[in-house]
Amino acid sequence: MNDVSNLKPAPEADSAATISAEMPAQEAESRATISAGLPAQEPAPEADPPAKILADAISNLEQKVTVRNLNFYYGDSLALKNVSLPLCAKKVTAFIGPSGCGKSTLLRVLNRMYDLYPKQRAEGEVLLDGVNILRPEQDLNLLRARVGMVFQKPTPFPMSIHDNIAFGLKLYEKLPKSELADRVEAALKRAALWDEVKDKLYASGLSLSGGQQQRLCIARTVALQPEVILLDEPCSALDPISTSKVEETIDELKENYTIAIVTHNMQQAARVSDHTAFMYLGELIEFGITAQVFTSPEKKQTQNYITGRFG
Amino acid sequence: MPDHIVKAYDKELESLGRKIAEMGGIAEKMLSDAMDALIDFDTRLAQATVDSDPRLDLLQRDIEEQAILTIARRQPMAVDLREIIATIRISGDLERIGDLAKNIAKRAIKLAGEMHIPRATIGLRSMHESAAMLLKEVLDAYAERDAEGARAVWIHDADLNALEDSVFRDLLTFMMEDPRNISFCTHLLYVSKNIERIGDHATNIAETVVYLVTGETLPMDRPKGRTTLSEAPTRVV
Repeated sequence: MNDVSNLKPAPEADSAATISAEMPAQEAESRATISAGLPAQEPAPEADPPAKILADAISNLEQKVTVRNLNFYYGDSLALKNVSLPLCAKKVTAFIGPSGCGKSTLLRVLNRMYDLYPKQRAEGEVLLDGVNILRPEQDLNLLRARVGMVFQKPTPFPMSIHDNIAFGLKLYEKLPKSELADRVEAALKRAALWDEVKDKLYASGLSLSGGQQQRLCIARTVALQPEVILLDEPCSALDPISTSKVEETIDELKENYTIAIVTHNMQQAARVSDHTAFMYLGELIEFGITAQVFTSPEKKQTQNYITGRFG
Repeated sequence: MPDHIVKAYDKELESLGRKIAEMGGIAEKMLSDAMDALIDFDTRLAQATVDSDPRLDLLQRDIEEQAILTIARRQPMAVDLREIIATIRISGDLERIGDLAKNIAKRAIKLAGEMHIPRATIGLRSMHESAAMLLKEVLDAYAERDAEGARAVWIHDADLNALEDSVFRDLLTFMMEDPRNISFCTHLLYVSKNIERIGDHATNIAETVVYLVTGETLPMDRPKGRTTLSEAPTRVV
């Protein structure tokens, strides 16, 4: 685990990915109990509208990831505006919203993918188990082992199915060959792919169907035993049966992992997620329990979007 | 609220709303005609009322079918989902109201010319006025998506129940006075029960309207006895 001395949210002097100077040093613990054992602080001042929805059930849940006052820039353009929300532990949180609303951008902040691009920067805090991963000292490789990502287009390595999974394992762990085989099997079982590939583990990953490739990518991610899994429109390129299999996999995965999924498919968001965040033009409009958001949303904008009145 | 991007969706929802309005109109007329037939010994009107019930049944089936198709096609969310569920529920309640009015009309045919004590029907007339008012107000509340109006109906059903109690006592008294009254008073007891049930169905519709508009359900315990408005649930919509 990371350095405990970083828990206190004092303002830091230097680089881009830091708490912005306007934030008070005594950042109040406005929402849930956080499992990392932060000292209790004063209650928050008047909560932003989305936070009120959190007040009831969500505030009793453990937060695996907490996004706080996140602002994100592509160059000079502000793409995420003061976004704050929790990813509750072992829950699936769905992000919905029209194109360009910032949901994929937000996802990419959670494992600092944007670091690969010079003109992109984040301000604010993203706490993983209470520790801010936006701080410059954060080890990015370790972060990305704890927070895995699956993309819209399946991206198997041009290797055998077995090696696709073993590749990451070999990078991070020193495992005897037998244990490696066990871990590969466990990962493929977790991704509901084992039965379909167990007799052809040394066939190329590219020989699988689209749905199977996507589940291979999920297997690859879970092999490293991350804590959080980010899914960016994982089923957009898949047929309905493959989609159902991936959704079933997500259902099983959430017993052990915290999951965030970006999706254009509202019905899918309603089916697979426990919490839903609706975003529009870079802002978080509404965050709540999925059942509530899809039957009785608080905001008119949310209702207009999910009922197809957005025009 | 803006229109759906897909216009056909709006048309489907509007069509469902119109059919509910049509059912409501038929049910109201059936109730009013059945009571008139009873009071005036008009067997022809009573028979016409009985004959109009199948039309209500057909409408209810049509609404259900259309609602189910809309669910399959559109996968409605939020207010649209509540809207469609509401039409299914309300059409069921209106169909039952029609059946109850038909039963009143049938009793009117049986009773024609038998009425020994005209004052026996006074209580029933009050009950009818009350029930007709509840039905009209709840149908208006549905048409205008008025949750407050629906809540008022939900509360005032208690008055109808109190009226039924007093009609019950009156009819018992007549039966005790003279055994020759027993037959027709018993018929009238059934009529009063039917009217009271119509009030209950109006209350069901009111609960559905509140759910449709607010997404919340009314409390489980409806006020049962006579009640004043100050006992109304005060939650703001």
